[in-house]
Amino acid sequence: MKPALAFLRNSWRQLTSMRTALVLLFLLAIGAIPGSILPQRRLGETPVQQYFIENPKLAPVLDQLGFFDVYAAPWFAAIYLLLFTSLVGCVLPRLRDHVRALIKTPPEAPKRLERLPQHTVYGTHPTLDFKGWRKVRREHPDGSVTISAEKGYLKETGNLLFHSSLLVILAGVAIGAQWGWNGQRILIEGADKPFCNVLYQYDRPVLGPYVSASDLPPFCLELEDFQASYLENGQATSFEATVNGGQKFRVNHPLRLDGANVYLLGHGYAIEARYTDAAGRVQQVTAAFPDNNDMMASIGVLLFPDANGGDPKNQIGFEGIYLPTAEGASSLHPEERNPRLTLIPWKGDIGLDAGIPQNVYVLDTKRMTPFGERKTLKKGETQTLPDGSKLEFLGTRSFIAISVRHDPGEPIVLTGAVLLLVGLPLSLYGKRRRVWLRLHPDGTAEAGGLPKTDYPGFADEFEKVTRWQSTESFSPSR
Amino acid sequence: MAIDGVFLTLTVSGYMVAMLLHAADFAFGPQSHVARAAVRERELVGAGGPAVVEGAPHPYAAPEVEPSSEPRSRWLLPAALIVTVVAGAAHLATVLARSLEAGRMPWGNMYEYVMTGTLLATAIWLFMAVKKPGVRHLGLFLVLTQVLLTGVAGIVLRKPVAPLVPALDSVWYVVHVGSIITATGLFLVGFAASVMYLIRSGYDAGKRTWFYPYGRLLANAETAERLSFRLHALAFPIWTFGVAAGAVWAEAAWGRYWGWDPKEVWAFISWVIYAGYLHARATPSVSKRTAAWIAVIGWLTMMMNLFGVNIFFTGLHSYGGV
Ligand code: HEM
Repeated sequence: MKPALAFLRNSWRQLTSMRTALVLLFLLAIGAIPGSILPQRRLGETPVQQYFIENPKLAPVLDQLGFFDVYAAPWFAAIYLLLFTSLVGCVLPRLRDHVRALIKTPPEAPKRLERLPQHTVYGTHPTLDFKGWRKVRREHPDGSVTISAEKGYLKETGNLLFHSSLLVILAGVAIGAQWGWNGQRILIEGADKPFCNVLYQYDRPVLGPYVSASDLPPFCLELEDFQASYLENGQATSFEATVNGGQKFRVNHPLRLDGANVYLLGHGYAIEARYTDAAGRVQQVTAAFPDNNDMMASIGVLLFPDANGGDPKNQIGFEGIYLPTAEGASSLHPEERNPRLTLIPWKGDIGLDAGIPQNVYVLDTKRMTPFGERKTLKKGETQTLPDGSKLEFLGTRSFIAISVRHDPGEPIVLTGAVLLLVGLPLSLYGKRRRVWLRLHPDGTAEAGGLPKTDYPGFADEFEKVTRWQSTESFSPSR
Repeated sequence: MAIDGVFLTLTVSGYMVAMLLHAADFAFGPQSHVARAAVRERELVGAGGPAVVEGAPHPYAAPEVEPSSEPRSRWLLPAALIVTVVAGAAHLATVLARSLEAGRMPWGNMYEYVMTGTLLATAIWLFMAVKKPGVRHLGLFLVLTQVLLTGVAGIVLRKPVAPLVPALDSVWYVVHVGSIITATGLFLVGFAASVMYLIRSGYDAGKRTWFYPYGRLLANAETAERLSFRLHALAFPIWTFGVAAGAVWAEAAWGRYWGWDPKEVWAFISWVIYAGYLHARATPSVSKRTAAWIAVIGWLTMMMNLFGVNIFFTGLHSYGGV
């Protein structure tokens, strides 16, 4: 039993030592590096899949070790949890000592003041004004009087505040991860394309463990207008979306709703097209082309699952490239100055109703065959396919990509950050120091000073504090 | 070429001249090996043979002879400082011209960012060189870094003036980037002081390989170490504030205050390393040299963030253009 206890106590002492803290800080820094080098799932699945294809041997091993989501990996958590344990073990005893120091009076003067870094003597009893110092006066049996003065408690207060605020931040992050949720979504302009805040309407919803689908606050969004302005060279200067009867939001200025914020992350063109199959049945779509570059050259698909009676073998789909200002195969400007839509038609099983949720922005042509020529259309033009069916390019609308989020940990993290920023300068620039004055019975006196921390300017301060400022006559009893 | 380009050329050339002057001061200045050898020779000739055996100073010993005996090279260090002032003025003009032309704060892309950060470092350095003559030799490290950084900024990173992309159109742009640049400038000078301390204290400990022989020319080790600590202690809260302001901005712009984007990862790494430096510095059982090495690593992580992340990784921060 005893050796076990001793071992525990020793381990605890080790863990809360400054050296361990240093090592853990270093481990934390090193552990964070792979997350910036390897693709991370939280930033998108595609680069991770790409990495698997390029490194078929290494990738599964890295995956096992959590390297594609470093900041959620158990070993990363182990590092920071050990660090925070060490921090608590460090802060608690210091907090106790600090509270004691605050309650207790400044200590008695050392016997030999002349041994202190600062020392001065007086021929008479001076009246010193220790304004702003915590002080205590002690009378001694031999008739001497000492005054102990201390200053700079804020340094330790700041240090404790600063270290504790790290715990507040950690708590805020944890609460956000447990009770927060977010999702992404494309919203096409028009009253016929509203979005309501229910789980299945999101492309990539992420719910914290303590959030259920019914917890999402009810609201709907309808994109009324989207304005983008550009320079002549194509660089964007502003984006602004208008929703729900005139509520505007833009990049850096999210829409703050009750229980969720809506962020404008991207935008582009959605293609409106009408397909008339050989039997004359009409189907119309408005499809966002979300994969776009700076000049809004956009890639997307037009899907007509109900064509030809919805027979899975005879569905129709188009791969499309849209160039708002076409010049050859590229776009020269993001605005629609010379819009062209190039389409590649396919026939076969689109796979939409296979029950497997799939990306609706790329065409899976595995079970499809090419169906006629690739063709480039202007707005209003029609392409005729081999079976006499027709595709008509009706026009375009804007769409926006939004992220909807709720993070209840945010105010806590912000509070922690503010406390940290208050505590840090106090801790770094504060200076704990003590000054003692001893009045000897024979009428002489001496003062000594001790800086408790690295403090190059202490000599000056000591000189100022111990200069006899009073012009009143000397009063030994005060 | 826009007007800032002219000033830029002046700036880089100015730093180069200052660098050469500093280097010459190392080689021929009053404390240099060459100069002291010359002085010694003259003394030997004057004093006659026997003195050689008895009184000749060790080649690495601090100069006992007042440097005045070699007037030819005493102007090198002041000249280097004056040229640094001139280059700094051209540097300021570069940043101002760019800022006026763009009609906004001069840190909309990497070129402007590097130019402003390095300008701050020069300002901090000149302030210190005036206040503490003992550290002036440190200028060699500083102008060397400046030649490299402003050179890279001018040759590789420079782009025509453009207005801000919408993502940067925010008050947080000034607050976040301004504080990050300030902290970076301070860390840069702190780094130079740490390097100086490492060389000097290594020299004092008897190391004679690598750069260590130059240690004898540098300011007293304790002065350099103190200076380095004070710069880091000033820079760290500003860096912390800048990172926190970035998080507030990220919340408004991207919907989350922290998302482990590569820039954020490296800002975090630098923060942790510099926290490590402050702890190491405050722990008596950790040597000052270890602490200084941690500061050097901290600066490497800063450089990684500035160049490495912008060039090798794509993340949300890449809009400003490399
Ligand atoms: C999340 C991990 C930690 C971070 C980011 C951190 C950060 C800092 C920073 C920036 C300082 C500088 C302020 C100053 O010098 O007063 C500091 C000081 C200090 N830290 Fe930490 N710390 C951490 C964990 C710890 C742990 C685990 C311990 C205990 C072993 C500890 C003990 C101290 C002490 C004693 C000081 C005061 C040094 C002095 O007297 O100046 N810290 N900390």
